[in-house]
Amino acid sequence: MTTVAVDVKTLVIDGQNVSARAGQTILEVARENSIDIPTLCHLDGLSDVGACRLCVVEIKGNNKLLPACVATVEEGMEVTTTTERLTKHRRTILELLFAERNHICSVCVSNGHCELQSLAQSQGLTHVRLPYRNPQLAVDASHERFTIDHNRCILCTRCVRVCAEIEGAHVWDVMGRGIDSMIISDLHEEWGKSSCTRCGKCVQVCPTGALFDKSKIGSDHPKYPDFLPYLNLMREAQ
Amino acid sequence: MSQTITIDPVTRLEGHGKITIQLNGQGEVEDAHFHVTQVRGFEKFSEGRPFYEMPALMARICGICPVSHLIASAKACEAIMSVRIPHTAAQLRRMLNLAQMVQSHSLSFFYLSSPDLLLGMESDPKTRHIFGVVGARPELGRAGIGLRRFGQHIIELLGNKRIHPGWVIPGGVTEPLAQAKRDEILAMMPEAYSNIKLALDWYKQIAETFRPEIEVFANFPSLYMGLINEDESVEFTDGALRLIDAQGSIVEDGINATRFSEVIGEAVEPYSYTKFAYYKPLGYPEGSYRVGPLARLNIVKTMGTPLADVELAAFKQLANGPVQSSFYYHHARLVDMLYGIEKIEQILSDPLILDKHVRATAGVNRLEGAGQAEAPRGTLHHHYKVDENGLITWANLVIATGQNNNAMNKGVLQAARHYVKNGKFTEGILNRVEAVVRTFDPCLSCSTHAYGQMPLALTLLSPDGEVVDRLTRS
Repeated sequence: MTTVAVDVKTLVIDGQNVSARAGQTILEVARENSIDIPTLCHLDGLSDVGACRLCVVEIKGNNKLLPACVATVEEGMEVTTTTERLTKHRRTILELLFAERNHICSVCVSNGHCELQSLAQSQGLTHVRLPYRNPQLAVDASHERFTIDHNRCILCTRCVRVCAEIEGAHVWDVMGRGIDSMIISDLHEEWGKSSCTRCGKCVQVCPTGALFDKSKIGSDHPKYPDFLPYLNLMREAQ
Repeated sequence: MSQTITIDPVTRLEGHGKITIQLNGQGEVEDAHFHVTQVRGFEKFSEGRPFYEMPALMARICGICPVSHLIASAKACEAIMSVRIPHTAAQLRRMLNLAQMVQSHSLSFFYLSSPDLLLGMESDPKTRHIFGVVGARPELGRAGIGLRRFGQHIIELLGNKRIHPGWVIPGGVTEPLAQAKRDEILAMMPEAYSNIKLALDWYKQIAETFRPEIEVFANFPSLYMGLINEDESVEFTDGALRLIDAQGSIVEDGINATRFSEVIGEAVEPYSYTKFAYYKPLGYPEGSYRVGPLARLNIVKTMGTPLADVELAAFKQLANGPVQSSFYYHHARLVDMLYGIEKIEQILSDPLILDKHVRATAGVNRLEGAGQAEAPRGTLHHHYKVDENGLITWANLVIATGQNNNAMNKGVLQAARHYVKNGKFTEGILNRVEAVVRTFDPCLSCSTHAYGQMPLALTLLSPDGEVVDRLTRS
């Protein structure tokens, strides 16, 4: 009988003693132990990029806030997921996201099932203190089945990752830097003329109404991103 | 010394408006205008949006009649898609539109106008509101609130939301009607019938006491337009438009949404953000016409439902030919409501009403489309152009208030000339001038953000702009 040595780490999250395997992220361990950490760019089944910074947590003895989705556990770590400081940071991040582009929930295809909207509610965001930038961004409706509305894009890059990592097509990518960053298809061609395989995974994983099925509106268009872990599992099994 | 009387804002209206009355040196009314003082910009900022988003986007114009915009917009989108929606979807939408008409009319009649009708034009403004009505005649207040709830609750049952339901989409509706919901609507019918009967009986008792107002409340010949079915019965959702003249002769018939812009033009006046619609062959302002409850009853031969037909016959007795005084909008509104209640009951007995096929799908098959429906206050027309991908490149909306705009202005002038003498006016007189506008139930493209009674300020200005007198109601 062979035994596999597992490198076990023990740590404390929100006062709760937990154990984890080495290499696991704080987010993974927290969720395994029913401790909620808000996330936006993270999606089970995709690689993590630590882009949105909503999952930041405090580590005792460390002045920096660490993104729980990419920070790995260490022996003896003491993690706090909810403090006044963290809430303030998370709200500010959400305010920045809302101010950056044009998020008009009332007429959005994702109204009622939008991750950005839900986070704003769960984090107690009542208003945006920053002036809205109101950029004039185009809608690309050239695709036969889907539409991308850059006004609602928060640049989480879930679409980029799902297309590259799961579908293997890598149609989506990011163009530009900083505030000018934009999601593009292929080498900045119209989506309808790109090498898109029309699988629709990007639409399902998009946390907002930026990517959506044509002719669908509001309650008509729930998204089901939970297929990814199953897809990964089945592929690994082969 | 000439003066200008300004009523700003006009109270008990849906939206923000202003009335100015210009007096000459002798204190006689020289001219009067009804101004709509806001610009909303919906036609402009919808450019670049996918066309199928338009119904939801356009419904945001108004919290009172979002359903009319939903339907006119969805029909314009269906013209772009070149689809005919399933029978059940058409019936369900028709019911939704009627429910909205009933609730909007109850708002107009009971909440906004019945204080004038029950308590009197000159009554104390402190109690001249719906609560005053409830205090003076509780059963009347209850009937009004009950009818509004009836309409709103049907909208909620069908569209899951009382205001801005997302249920109407290009191609039909998102989900079919459940049997439990149908039964719940049917259970509300007896109360709705008794409430509208009470309102009609009461209105008929008091109407004649308003003879002086009937004479001067926008009482003049004009053209009338509204949707009508092939059997000459009233229609709110489908059918085509008919235009009649002051004698009741048909001027234009079968105006479908595509032909609308060939027949109807829009003029602009410097004093209002609302356009002035007119019948093109007669030009502006001669071609001005009225829409809404009064116009609908003037153009039809039958309502198509038994109880409303009895009321229509009585209404037609008010004049030899079309009924001209806008005061009778109140009367026509009640007949509309009775029809709405009866028709909803008829629609619910349609054997296909619970059918699951309620949606047609298609992409862009035409680069231009128009749709029309009857909003509670009159004909509503949406017209869009799209690019190959279905993004809006141009949009034009012709709303009921724009089509009544010229009549409202003429009516305000008529009433002001009659009531304001020698530069003298009282609060009660100015309330009558406002009441002229209220008969039309204009929707000044507002939403439901005006809560309670807005303050009314009257200012008398000398020709050089100096404030001569000020009267404030708060």
